[in-house]
Amino acid sequence: MKPFVLNVALAAIVMSCANSAASRAAWEPVRPVEFIVPAGTGGGADQMARTIQGIVTKHNLMKQPMVVINKAGGAGGEGFLDLKTSAGNPHKIIITLSNLFTTPLATGIPFNWKDLSPVAMLALDEFVLWVNAEKPYNSVKDYVDAAKKAPSGSFKMGGTGSKQEDQIITVGIEKATDAKFTYIPYKGGGEVAVQLVGNHVDSTVNNPIEAVAQWRGGKLRPLCVFDTQPMAYDEPIADGKAWKDIPTCASQGLAMEYLMLRGIFMSPKATKDQVEYYVELFKKVRATPEWQDFMKSGAFNTTFLAGADYAKWIEAEEKRHEGLMKEAGFIATAN
Amino acid sequence: MTERSGSESGPAHKTLEFGMALLIGAFGLVVIFGSVKAGINWGAEGPRAGFFPFYVGAAIVGASAINLWNAQRDDDGRVFADWGQLRQVMSVLVPTAIYVASMPFVGLYVASTVFIAWFMRWLGGYRWLTTIAVAVGMPVVTYLVFERWFLVPLPKGPFEEWLGL
Amino acid sequence: MEELANLFHGFAVALQPYNIMLMIVGITLGVIIGVLPGLGGANGVAILLPLTFSMPPTSAIIMLSCIYWGALFGGAITSILFNIPGEPWSVATTFDGYPMAQQGKPGEALTAAFTSSFVGALFAVIMITLVAPLVAGFALRFGPAEKFAVYFLAFCSFVGLSKEPPFKTIAAMMMGFALAAVGLDSITGQLRLTFGVTELLNGFDFLIAVIGLFGIGEILLTMEEGLAFRGGNASINLRVVLQTWRELPAYWMTSLRSCLIGCWMGVTPAGATPASFMSYGIAKRLSRRGNNFGKGEIEGVIAPETAAHAAGTAALLPMLSLGVPGSPTAAVLLGGLLIWGLQPGPMLFVEQKEFVWGLIASMYLGNLAGLIVVLTCVPIFAAILRVPFSIIAPLILVLCAIGAYSVHNSTFDVMLMLVFGVLGYLLKKCNYPLAPLVLAIVLGDKAEEAFRQSLLGSQGSLGVFFSNGLVSTIMALGLVALFWSAIQDGYSRLRTSMA
Repeated sequence: MKPFVLNVALAAIVMSCANSAASRAAWEPVRPVEFIVPAGTGGGADQMARTIQGIVTKHNLMKQPMVVINKAGGAGGEGFLDLKTSAGNPHKIIITLSNLFTTPLATGIPFNWKDLSPVAMLALDEFVLWVNAEKPYNSVKDYVDAAKKAPSGSFKMGGTGSKQEDQIITVGIEKATDAKFTYIPYKGGGEVAVQLVGNHVDSTVNNPIEAVAQWRGGKLRPLCVFDTQPMAYDEPIADGKAWKDIPTCASQGLAMEYLMLRGIFMSPKATKDQVEYYVELFKKVRATPEWQDFMKSGAFNTTFLAGADYAKWIEAEEKRHEGLMKEAGFIATAN
Repeated sequence: MTERSGSESGPAHKTLEFGMALLIGAFGLVVIFGSVKAGINWGAEGPRAGFFPFYVGAAIVGASAINLWNAQRDDDGRVFADWGQLRQVMSVLVPTAIYVASMPFVGLYVASTVFIAWFMRWLGGYRWLTTIAVAVGMPVVTYLVFERWFLVPLPKGPFEEWLGL
Repeated sequence: MEELANLFHGFAVALQPYNIMLMIVGITLGVIIGVLPGLGGANGVAILLPLTFSMPPTSAIIMLSCIYWGALFGGAITSILFNIPGEPWSVATTFDGYPMAQQGKPGEALTAAFTSSFVGALFAVIMITLVAPLVAGFALRFGPAEKFAVYFLAFCSFVGLSKEPPFKTIAAMMMGFALAAVGLDSITGQLRLTFGVTELLNGFDFLIAVIGLFGIGEILLTMEEGLAFRGGNASINLRVVLQTWRELPAYWMTSLRSCLIGCWMGVTPAGATPASFMSYGIAKRLSRRGNNFGKGEIEGVIAPETAAHAAGTAALLPMLSLGVPGSPTAAVLLGGLLIWGLQPGPMLFVEQKEFVWGLIASMYLGNLAGLIVVLTCVPIFAAILRVPFSIIAPLILVLCAIGAYSVHNSTFDVMLMLVFGVLGYLLKKCNYPLAPLVLAIVLGDKAEEAFRQSLLGSQGSLGVFFSNGLVSTIMALGLVALFWSAIQDGYSRLRTSMA
């Protein structure tokens, strides 16, 4: 792996240059910052990264340009491994989703979040249980009863990706209700929502932003949200109902909670100054009206964490994913 | 500029056909091997990951066997290409291979400059001035278009590092 | 007609000087993006998306959709001149476009390609204007089984076309399928055929394979002949445009058929790639000069270009009305809509009238502007072929390397490109067809995914592919296409025996 050795060597040169500057002032990027997205163009993480890029450019929050690069291969493994091998390069950051935990577990690629330097949690993405509006299920109870009554395997749950967040939630629902679903993986969240509108699947656990248009169009109906408390947004969306009016699943007798991390990491061996710089940068991003609009349009949970709190949160979440995936039998055996 | 040696000597077409069929067949075997590792039967969730690649690999091996047989059957004594032609091909292929192989170490820009210059000077026989103008001009334009305009980073080496780009 | 009033209002919006300026900037950027391999429509739009955040949404989408048009037009240029398709749907354009350029007719090929693109896109925009709500509902009927049937049809209408020995065709196609399978299996979420090599996580990207097989392979083949580049004697004045236009109306039937195929594929949304291959395959079967396809037949340029662009345009309809992108570029545009606070979906046509009709009006105008821009440049593009080979060849090779690198920012891909180049040279010399290989790389994993999704839903029963009228019809069409030559044979034999 000679290129990597060279990269590391180069990075070391950059570091020494950066350090000589840093001795005087706090660290600042000296070349364009690569913002890696471990998912394809057009997906949720990509949208968020490009929004951030737009905000940073528009408000001049950084002297150097920010460049968004998609590295989606192997369920995001490509992006993670790229960062892992750029130790000490402070001009590379990555936005993560749940595949931070699920990809290494499901595919067995040699990566763990501890290989990276955590920066900050930007937000958490909610999951909502959706059914087609034509169906007679008006509550979680109706839905669960119907799923239990259906012949085994004929009740279909659509979701994004395989052995990732949507399927983990599906397995969680199965455990909580004793109903049996057939999980059908698709490529993107928008496609999943449309498959539900077209009645090719019976329910989905889409993120709010993926299904909101169909809800407003009267095609889909939200049943509950997989969070500990209802979402915060009280602006009416459809039929006078707001995100806030969707009950939590736990309150409806479906004990399953799941939130997806939208967080930032940087390359291994980042110094405290460097991490601090990005934390400050993202604090500034979060303060802009564009960011707040974006949060509202996707009904995000806007929890912000950095430093030790963030690391602790990830640690707990990793344990949880390991447990959930082990029970579901999603861990890669050998490859 | 065409350089054609009168003699029709060169590797036989049959040999190449044979080699190609063997190569593709070997690729098929690799595919079969990888599929078996991924699981080729039907699991609880329908066909497993290796199910389709396995049959694809088997089809490759099968088709290659037939191609192999055909290749050895109809030997028409043609040559694949005469040596002069192959030398021409190699005169592009070898520098391109060096160009590609050096890219991770010296970066795209330096490698491109040398490559273009080599091509124009030795194959094209252009004057040094024209050669250098194109060889330096192209990477500079590339840099401006890709890195400055479209913000697409391309591989860089020690030279760019030294320039501080 | 309320729609027409809305449309004229849209024209008024799009024709503001600021928006016209954005349109021209967008088209120019788009053509550049389309010509540079590796940037491509989706990447180009994604890269420029953040620049548009400070504009009003209507202006922003006008500019972005013009980049999209420009990239679509631009993709045909490298396919025809250098045999390097920058996008999957330009592959079929190379089959006849490149031979035309080699015969000294690059101007004709480019004019035919640009004009057909325009016709296809115009047809699709008219369809969007008139029957949008009706057609949007059709997309909802497409589940996994229907999607698989469409891919099946695309394969069937294409295989059996090649004149190469059948077992070489099979070997080439199966290699394509195998290469498409490498990487993450999307159904089980498990890695396969990567043998632990990190660089293979991604699988084999179509673009790298195609730049190598077609682009580099072609340069190596050319080198055999010495340092000459055929086609250098092309006429390079604008008269060629008018001359070609005089020929085009004769192919109205091919155009119309390709428009319909394209719109159908765009709305479903299976996308432009199957549309272009399907259209090429069907045109070859039905054309009286079908035997000449692949040797520089103008109809072989018209069919795939018309269908690809009709599909690319029609793909915007499900994006706007359902929020499902019909192409990678549409997916990026969709992200843009969300960022500007517009929610694509059933309500967009009701709540954001000005935006929607501004966009549709800009499709008409942007397309027209694009056509004018690229047609006036035809002589310039054709003149590129006059540049001596020993200058243009290294430049093409460098651009190929950049293109291959920028797909995943990996130098491994550049080496892979070269390997594919040598492979392309050898395969071509040994009479293996490259088109089925590329078709399989592009559509192989999608077809497999749809097939397995269908089986998951039906719990393993193959009956799902004949479970309703729609899917049965498409499957039957596929079978007819597959056995077309046999059917034709039987028919003619029947006729002779009757006589």
